[in-house]
Amino acid sequence: MGSTSSTLLKIPNVEVLMQETGFSPAHIIRLHDRFKALDKEGRGHLCPQDFGAIKELAMNPIGDRIIGAFFSPGKETVDFHTFVKILAHFRPVDKDRPKEPNSPEPINSRSNKLKFAFQLYDQDKDGKISRDELLKVLRSMLGMQVTEEQLESIADRTIQEADLDRDEAISFEEFRKSLEKVNIDHKMSIRFLR
Amino acid sequence: MGPFMSPFNNLLCMLLGISFTVWFTLLLVFIIVPAIFGVSFGIRRLYMKTLLKVFEWATMRMERGAKEKNHLLYKPCSLNSIIAKESTSLEEELKDIRRNCSSPELDGSFDMSDAFYFCRRGIESIVDDEVTKCFTAEELESWNLLTRSNYNFNHISSRLTVLWGLGVVIRYGFLLPLRLTLAITGVGLLVVLTAMIGFLPNGRMKNFLSEKVHLMCYRICVRALTAIITYHHSENKPKNGGICVANHTSPIDVIILASDGCYAMVGQIHGGLMGLIQRSMVKACPHIWFERSEVKDRHLVAKRLSDHVKDKSKLPILIFPEGTCINNTSVMMFKKGSFEIGSTVYPVAIKYDPRFGEAFWNSSQFGMMNYLLRMMSSWAIVCSVWYLPPMIRQEGEDAMQFANRVKAAIARQGGLVDLLWDGGLKRGKVKDTFKEEQQKLYSKILVGTQEVRSRS
Repeated sequence: MGSTSSTLLKIPNVEVLMQETGFSPAHIIRLHDRFKALDKEGRGHLCPQDFGAIKELAMNPIGDRIIGAFFSPGKETVDFHTFVKILAHFRPVDKDRPKEPNSPEPINSRSNKLKFAFQLYDQDKDGKISRDELLKVLRSMLGMQVTEEQLESIADRTIQEADLDRDEAISFEEFRKSLEKVNIDHKMSIRFLR
Repeated sequence: MGPFMSPFNNLLCMLLGISFTVWFTLLLVFIIVPAIFGVSFGIRRLYMKTLLKVFEWATMRMERGAKEKNHLLYKPCSLNSIIAKESTSLEEELKDIRRNCSSPELDGSFDMSDAFYFCRRGIESIVDDEVTKCFTAEELESWNLLTRSNYNFNHISSRLTVLWGLGVVIRYGFLLPLRLTLAITGVGLLVVLTAMIGFLPNGRMKNFLSEKVHLMCYRICVRALTAIITYHHSENKPKNGGICVANHTSPIDVIILASDGCYAMVGQIHGGLMGLIQRSMVKACPHIWFERSEVKDRHLVAKRLSDHVKDKSKLPILIFPEGTCINNTSVMMFKKGSFEIGSTVYPVAIKYDPRFGEAFWNSSQFGMMNYLLRMMSSWAIVCSVWYLPPMIRQEGEDAMQFANRVKAAIARQGGLVDLLWDGGLKRGKVKDTFKEEQQKLYSKILVGTQEVRSRS
């Protein structure tokens, strides 16, 4: 490409990162700035409090779950690579990428976007959304505005419609099937500017 | 060794003595005397023009050097956002989802993709949010030879490094001691003279003298910072019995405004040097200082302010309604307290030119002493002050709407972005009411339509 910036050179393994995520150098630099702005104490990694300091995120009903998606189980910090990889889920799908048989699926494929959304529901990561987990999400999104009974009836109806193998829980395949008609690319993508 | 050192020592002492005298005479003639009379030789403006030429040359050299080495000099999209945020509302999104779903029974009930909207908004705010941007200093497009504003400009040429080194020597070796001397003189004079005036009986003479003393000391402080200020529309200057409101970027705002007019300050009583200054200032003319305990009592504060305002012989009050320092690219929510009192409001817009020195005080990044040191070792503080026409609360307008009207006028004049966010968000948590509003909206769409279904 010819032009590299000294900022890019400061980030370790940046070529691998760009290849895995599909972000351009310009995007990586901007995301790096954002990472540094959020990392107020300059530690080189983010902790849940740094995310919690974003006011618009604190207002979001499922803000806590989104923050949780950045931290792998057991880990309490997020480094720049993980940060960028998670955000890569929200890149719009590359429509004109040639399908190479042996290459791994890109992070922003439709399937991976669905997996990201699935884990927002499935907090205990057992591969199924149980009735309890669904109730918890509904409670976050609706707050104190609905009664317990209304919440339960919504949850029951949702499970009834999506649960095809009658095991009282929604697996990832059932989740995917129920969202067949939804334009995932549109709903789960952010428009990154050049 | 003994007798050999002695005449040498004498010579050294004599040289030091002479240089001190010369130094002080120059100081007196060129800086302090003009400050007393409020005139200016124009030295600072000449200095500013020279600096600008130097910066232009430096930036040109860096651009040339960068092109030669094929570096990416300016950050891409540094002035634009990284993402374009979707402006669809929650309602529109949910309707869209329902429309695309197959079975009509699902109409109005919960769908698992509803969470996608919140998820996307959450991720958007992680990548880019309005509030965090306000509390970090603005990025410059050219380099002003200060390392502290050197984000992406690394070593390009040795000539530039030499220039930068020269800059460091000038700033720390010459300008900083000069400024410190002036600052100490200014503050010292303020304390001593106001204490002396305090002994006079109340009357016209006292007010006259107090005005002169305050102006003189603030002007010395302005020169201590090498502040080059341009005042616009001085015909709108605040008058007695009014309240002056301005946008807040740094503690220096007070000095800038008070060197052009006399104001009654409002604030909390501090200890130490600050407290000493406050106590002596109040001897000469009435300022409004609160004890720490009184600050929480809103009614007491409002009462003292309105008592002061009703007395037409007292000076206009100076208030910064944002409540905290903002980085001078936008104006945040004004607290309505000062707008409830019902007197004439004189808005003032202050805009700093960041090319010469970043005036924004990021109190979470450095403390007051560190900040003052940075101020005194930058090139200069260049700013523009606009006095806007006075505003009165209209019929049927409540305090909050009045505050927003004033805020919009200030933002428009200063070229700043007008934001609705509360400056208190710098330190405090977001109130839960914001989250509840989102939940209310969603539940109305979901459950509201369900009720219609169950009834039909």
